[in-house]
Amino acid sequence: MKKRRIGKIALNIGLFVIGLIAITPVLWMVSASFMSSGEAGTFPPPLLPKHPTFDHYLALTDRLNMGRYFLNSFIIASAVTLISTLLNSMAGFAFAKYHFKGKDKLFSALLSGMIIPAQVTMLPLFLMLKTMGFVNTYVGAIIPGMASIFGIFLIRQFVMAIPDSLIEAARIDGGSEFRIYRTVILPLCKPILFTLALFTFMGSWNDFMWPLIIMTDQSNYTLQVGLASLMGEHVLDLELMMAGSVVTILPVLALFLLFQRHYVRGIMVGGVKE
Amino acid sequence: MTSNARTATAWIFLSPAMAVIGIFFVIPVLAAFVLSFTDFDIYSLGNWNYIRFIGFQNYLRILDTPLFWKALKNTFYFVLIGGPLSVAVSLGTAMMLNSKLAKFKSLYRTIYFLPVVSSLIAVAIIWRYLYHPAHGLLNYVLSTVGISPVDWLGDPALAMPAIIIMAVWKNFGYNMLIFIAGLQNIPEDLYEAAHLDGASWSQQFKEITLPMLKPTTVFVVMITIIGYFQLFAEPYVMTQGGPLNSTTSIVLLMYEQGFRWWSMGYAAAIAFVLFIIILFFTLLQMLLQRSVK
Repeated sequence: MKKRRIGKIALNIGLFVIGLIAITPVLWMVSASFMSSGEAGTFPPPLLPKHPTFDHYLALTDRLNMGRYFLNSFIIASAVTLISTLLNSMAGFAFAKYHFKGKDKLFSALLSGMIIPAQVTMLPLFLMLKTMGFVNTYVGAIIPGMASIFGIFLIRQFVMAIPDSLIEAARIDGGSEFRIYRTVILPLCKPILFTLALFTFMGSWNDFMWPLIIMTDQSNYTLQVGLASLMGEHVLDLELMMAGSVVTILPVLALFLLFQRHYVRGIMVGGVKE
Repeated sequence: MTSNARTATAWIFLSPAMAVIGIFFVIPVLAAFVLSFTDFDIYSLGNWNYIRFIGFQNYLRILDTPLFWKALKNTFYFVLIGGPLSVAVSLGTAMMLNSKLAKFKSLYRTIYFLPVVSSLIAVAIIWRYLYHPAHGLLNYVLSTVGISPVDWLGDPALAMPAIIIMAVWKNFGYNMLIFIAGLQNIPEDLYEAAHLDGASWSQQFKEITLPMLKPTTVFVVMITIIGYFQLFAEPYVMTQGGPLNSTTSIVLLMYEQGFRWWSMGYAAAIAFVLFIIILFFTLLQMLLQRSVK
């Protein structure tokens, strides 16, 4: 039993050390964002600000347009989330509960499309949106996210578990198909819809390459693109960059901490039942 | 309702999502294929009449470009070293967290997950400072155990390993969760029986854990490899592909050719080469998966 105890101590020390490694960069970012200019760039690197200051956060919003980037990110991520959750849930419902010709073929074609990297589509998509006049607009940033194969798959898995008898009962009561979707399916799907919405919002918020390509005007940058371009000009201003990183990370971190259980379920459903 | 009417209703529900995927995903994929056989460049951007079909020339040019081979090598380095490392760390931490002896499990799970949800751009910026040769936190920690300062991102031999370390730090929590779910599906009595038979810990790991986890592992390796082949934001933010192009990835090369120099035909060919590589690895994984079942 002594061996078991040593094992237990070693295991818990190991978990603690990994935890320390995982959290230190994040805590250091927060701490450095409150240091005065130049303070973090000294040796040995200070862990806590000597005289905590809010200056860098003020500079971000006053001079560096971060408020605007934040708003752009928020608008784009919200629109993508609303539209794609609606579209994916409708399609997922159809795949789960209707029988029509070619359904299985269509579904497996969609699934195999998941291995095509998004970068392949970006060049023609840019040209396409350019001719449509959507380059440098919210619409252009939102379009590729309006439906997702993964989202359709996730909803389909969930709706398949809903008993057909519920739908049949609603049909006998004379409900139209759309009414059934709205009053039977959607309420039962609430947990998975919430999980999917959370995933979509966070994914869209953190997306970088597509907004980098489609947003050509600085005033239309999202937070990610704005932060990366800020890095180009203010690379020596460490404390300012850390404040910008805090602003960029904070919203999704808050969402994750608040709704952790829903988020984790998404990974489990998507990952294990493949 | 007749089956025709049912089909019509199904299509009403399907059509918005299918239209989006068809117009903004399927058509662009096909168009990219066509584009890769043209000389679409900055002049064609202004006037599409300048586009000419040039057959396989873009592909031949790719094979003839040293920077492409360099990017290919870098990307494979990232995928083949970073991928397995990342999966191994995920599996290790999953097993530690799944142990009955572990304390504060949900707290650790949350902490391990913080890097996963954090934005990659912000994380890359933080690490760029952590890696600073003169006053970075990492070199400071190393100096306390007597290791002299390392120029992580400035040394061509170390820049990619530095990016790999950061990627593992950022990503391990995600696969860890999938592994935990897989571990929890292994019946406890298998271990108890093995324990009674006097099997050691490493025997139990080899004979029970690994075989039972195989489907999970194959899935995790597949999504990790597909994701890691798309390396872009890390070098874009941390090194701009340098030093000496030691961190230029395929996607970074595609981005620069396509959206900086507007050589879109050439960039489309690069994108397709990436797709073919990913396709190859996915098929390989699927074959493995089939042999599992």
